[in-house]
Amino acid sequence: MKDFLFKPFEEMTDKDYETVGFKSGLEIHQQLFTTKKLFCRCPAGKYSERYDAEILRHMRPTLSELGEYDGTALMEFKTKKDILYRINRESVCTYEMDDTPPFLINDEALDLALQCGLLFDCSIVDELHIARKQYLDGSIPTGFQRTAIFALDGKIPYKNRTIDIVQMSIEEDSCREISDTGHLRVYRTDRLGMPLIETVTGPNMRTPFEVAEVAEICANLIRSTNKVRRGIGSAREDVNVSVDGGTRVEIKGVPKIGRIPHLTYYEAMRQWNLLRLRDELHRRGITKETFETKSDDITRIVKKAHYLPIRTATDQGLLVKCVVLRGYFGLLHWQTQTDTYFSKEISDRVRVIACLTNIPNIIHSDSKGDTLTSADWQNIKRAVGAHDNDTMVLVWGNEQDTEMAVKEIIIRAKEATVGVPSETRQALRDGTNGFERILPGADRMYPDTDLPPTRITEERLKILRVNLPERFWKREKWYRKLGIPEDTIRELSISKFAPLFKFLVDEWRIDPILTAVVLIQFPKRLKKRSCDISLLDEEMIREIFRSYKDGLLSRDGILTAMQKSLKKGKFYPELLPKPLTTKELEDIITETNNELSKVRLINNENSKEVLMGLVMNKVRMSVEGKIVTEKINI
Amino acid sequence: MADDNYKGYRGKALSVLKNFSALVWSDVEITTTKGKYKGIILPRSETADPFHIVIKMPIGYNIGVAADLVTDIQIRGRKEAHYKIPEKDFPRDPSKPNVKLLGTGGTIASRLDYRTGAVIPAFSPGELYGSVPELANYCNLETEKLYGVFSENMGPDQWIGTAEAIGREIEKGIDGIVIGHGTDTMHHTAAVLSFMVQNSPVPIVMVGSQRSSDRPSSDAALNLMHSVKTAAESDIAEVMVCMFGPTSDYYGLLHRGTRVRKMHSSYRSTFRTIGDIPIAKVSRDEITPLRQDYKRRRKDRNVKINTAFEEKVSIVYYYPNMKPDIIESLIDNNYKGIVIAGTGLGHVNKPLYPALKRAHEKGISIYMTVQTLWGYVQMYVYDTGRDMMELGVIPGENMLPEVAYMKLCWALGQTTDQKKVKEIMLTSIAGEITEREPSNGYLIYQGGLPEVEEFISKYVK
Repeated sequence: MKDFLFKPFEEMTDKDYETVGFKSGLEIHQQLFTTKKLFCRCPAGKYSERYDAEILRHMRPTLSELGEYDGTALMEFKTKKDILYRINRESVCTYEMDDTPPFLINDEALDLALQCGLLFDCSIVDELHIARKQYLDGSIPTGFQRTAIFALDGKIPYKNRTIDIVQMSIEEDSCREISDTGHLRVYRTDRLGMPLIETVTGPNMRTPFEVAEVAEICANLIRSTNKVRRGIGSAREDVNVSVDGGTRVEIKGVPKIGRIPHLTYYEAMRQWNLLRLRDELHRRGITKETFETKSDDITRIVKKAHYLPIRTATDQGLLVKCVVLRGYFGLLHWQTQTDTYFSKEISDRVRVIACLTNIPNIIHSDSKGDTLTSADWQNIKRAVGAHDNDTMVLVWGNEQDTEMAVKEIIIRAKEATVGVPSETRQALRDGTNGFERILPGADRMYPDTDLPPTRITEERLKILRVNLPERFWKREKWYRKLGIPEDTIRELSISKFAPLFKFLVDEWRIDPILTAVVLIQFPKRLKKRSCDISLLDEEMIREIFRSYKDGLLSRDGILTAMQKSLKKGKFYPELLPKPLTTKELEDIITETNNELSKVRLINNENSKEVLMGLVMNKVRMSVEGKIVTEKINI
Repeated sequence: MADDNYKGYRGKALSVLKNFSALVWSDVEITTTKGKYKGIILPRSETADPFHIVIKMPIGYNIGVAADLVTDIQIRGRKEAHYKIPEKDFPRDPSKPNVKLLGTGGTIASRLDYRTGAVIPAFSPGELYGSVPELANYCNLETEKLYGVFSENMGPDQWIGTAEAIGREIEKGIDGIVIGHGTDTMHHTAAVLSFMVQNSPVPIVMVGSQRSSDRPSSDAALNLMHSVKTAAESDIAEVMVCMFGPTSDYYGLLHRGTRVRKMHSSYRSTFRTIGDIPIAKVSRDEITPLRQDYKRRRKDRNVKINTAFEEKVSIVYYYPNMKPDIIESLIDNNYKGIVIAGTGLGHVNKPLYPALKRAHEKGISIYMTVQTLWGYVQMYVYDTGRDMMELGVIPGENMLPEVAYMKLCWALGQTTDQKKVKEIMLTSIAGEITEREPSNGYLIYQGGLPEVEEFISKYVK
């Protein structure tokens, strides 16, 4: 492999990423905005932490359609978890509990999904087949997610190339994990069964920043339908990363696009360093074939040790085992990510698979500080017959879990001789990632025998094509030409008001900048004034603009008119004051001036500006500020 | 019948596949006017339309490709599915009891059937051990596949065959019997076996699953463990149904074969004891009797198998406005017995009386049960009831309608003497009639009530 050491994030160049062969693709999950869930008639988007009942389930691996077991499934089965679901009867029915078979797929959701497929220039499948994708972690009570591919082979423009859209699927959302300790995992079910689409890109991105940018484009394209859910958890990205010689590793559930660059950088670094570790092992003559290990029960030897976790364990009558990794001396302290070492890879496996969730769950002889005394280590070394060039890993727990942990320590250590294991990894807050599970493959797919295939007709697609929003990047180009402020362009381009904008500018010839500001910035201001801006619809805005166009409402009065309309829930022409004659305006100015003369101003030079403000307060809806300025003669 | 090489395909899809000699299980690249698809051609369900070709893409998803858009199919190879649960020899431990699992079908062990797109039954001790190795903790297991039918297709031949198989196994010295059965008519079979197999010295446990075993959260494995434990270790020598107590993977209930009924079309905890309480609770670790009046396990082999059965018996589920022609047609078709599921305490409308009278005069045995399921037939309370008894309708106490049906088939199989039939019908043989209904025999809690909600929130459902 190439001689290269990872630099700090800020110092990495595009060239550096090219050197390590950075490759990344995305899986973008977006909840759709529907009234009901995907396979039952429960209301969608009703979130609550309250629950009325609990259900307990266990998951067992089953065969795939082609008669094979999936590796992830077998791994999850090893964990032997009790899985507890919290059920709220308002948002969950017997379908989500897996006590009622599915109802036919929600057509509203399928239409939205198909629309997204068309936006991504995909070819829509002729017949939809619902599959069961196994998830033995319990995140879905059935043990599988109902999912179907509806679109294939799309593309989006990016820089001067295109990014492939490999496939898009429509699926039901999973539960939210509340806790996972020992052999008990608890889930909340309020999100379960919500329709979402997954968009999978090709591994076309070459740097961490490209990954984030493409994620942004895809997310915006889907949002431009304005039929997706917003807010925390409604959009999540899985990011696939590999480097030359590495393996596709999936980082799961990235909640914010802004975190993608660091996460992908750290994963690339981890893979690169694991490959370097492999080379070091080979240099020491350790390969998959020559790998040697042994394990012993050392409970009696460490019974008197002062290191608290082990002391507590032996006091509770738990076992302590030692795994000797022949020739691994120093390698558990091999750096994989910033402040993260190979020992973490092992500790993660022990935590997830052997369910030893109290950290630290292992200690090892490559990092002696703060654990056992060197005398203790010497005793153990003698007892288990370890040599100077070996590493000892200690793990403790009940018999079953410790046994499983020993196996996993050996499995993971041995994998280091091969390279980077295929894994699903969890995004951590500091940008690094941790083991979640073995990367599942095609073997976890099974056809859903509960539902028939659904034909997607050309007629259905025709209707959807007519109502397809214009691609937002085309809109942006036009907005720039019109001189719309940069901070408004992106938002407007994916806004539900984008078609209205086009109409107001093209048909009614209203100033594009004013229109853009009214459509995008005003709602934000009104929200700050505690208006319910969900009531702001196309009709209301169009009517306000009609009054403006007809000269019944001043430019400065639009915001006030919107506020008043929102309070009433609708725009009424009666909300507008009668237009003022020049005489009336002059009278108001005179009257206001008289009032002002009774007040002593601190700074008399400003008197005209103060007068202007006071007059505008009275006439904002009906007279343009320009005219008042002229009359006051500032 | 469709060609096996093109399993399930017909019409346009079939002709396109034939045109390119693309057999099912071919690994192909299909070119259409819309684009290219790579994958394995799967068999198609016979009930699906004739316009699409199903392929499994390399990522494991299936899609249907419109046959009339196909311009080319390139065959790259072949990968046929071998859906086989890994078999492992079931371990033998001489210190453990011997249990026989008799299979009749159903979803307790099943696999995908492409022809119908549904799941079909499949099982062997090796397969069961391969998928539920925990079974070896309880017993030495042998299996015999008696039938492979969905439970709605169970009938007299299968009932008689199963009863005889049970007799054979008991004589051979088995310690317990488990019967795998589809759940829809499990309580019918449980009832008829309760009559056909008498004085069993060992437990006879019927079991099934509400979620097929091809699902990770299936109840099949746990139900199987519960039933095998019961057959191996319990001292309850009766015909029982062993299915989930709550919907959770928690414990099972052992229901008496004559008092049990499937009460929900899809819930895991669908089986309930009606008008009484279950015999016991069973978990992976223990069997907890809920009552003491059950027949005990014995060392002897003195089982009596009586497979008498008369097929010409019907259940009439009465509804207001029923016309006498329903009864007339049974008379005209030479039915020998009628079980009525009447309203309330056991009633039908007056217009039916003449038909009932004629049926009685023709020697047809008529027994009344209640469609309320809970409670006794009480024909003395109202005049209408007394009138009907005059006509020859005999109150069936608190026998469940399906149980009364099975018993009448069995009784009429033994004798045509109405008096003897009545004696058999009204003598409780296997708990089908109880002398009293305990106050906790009818508990259908009403959701929404604060005290019920409190209960639900306290205990895992």
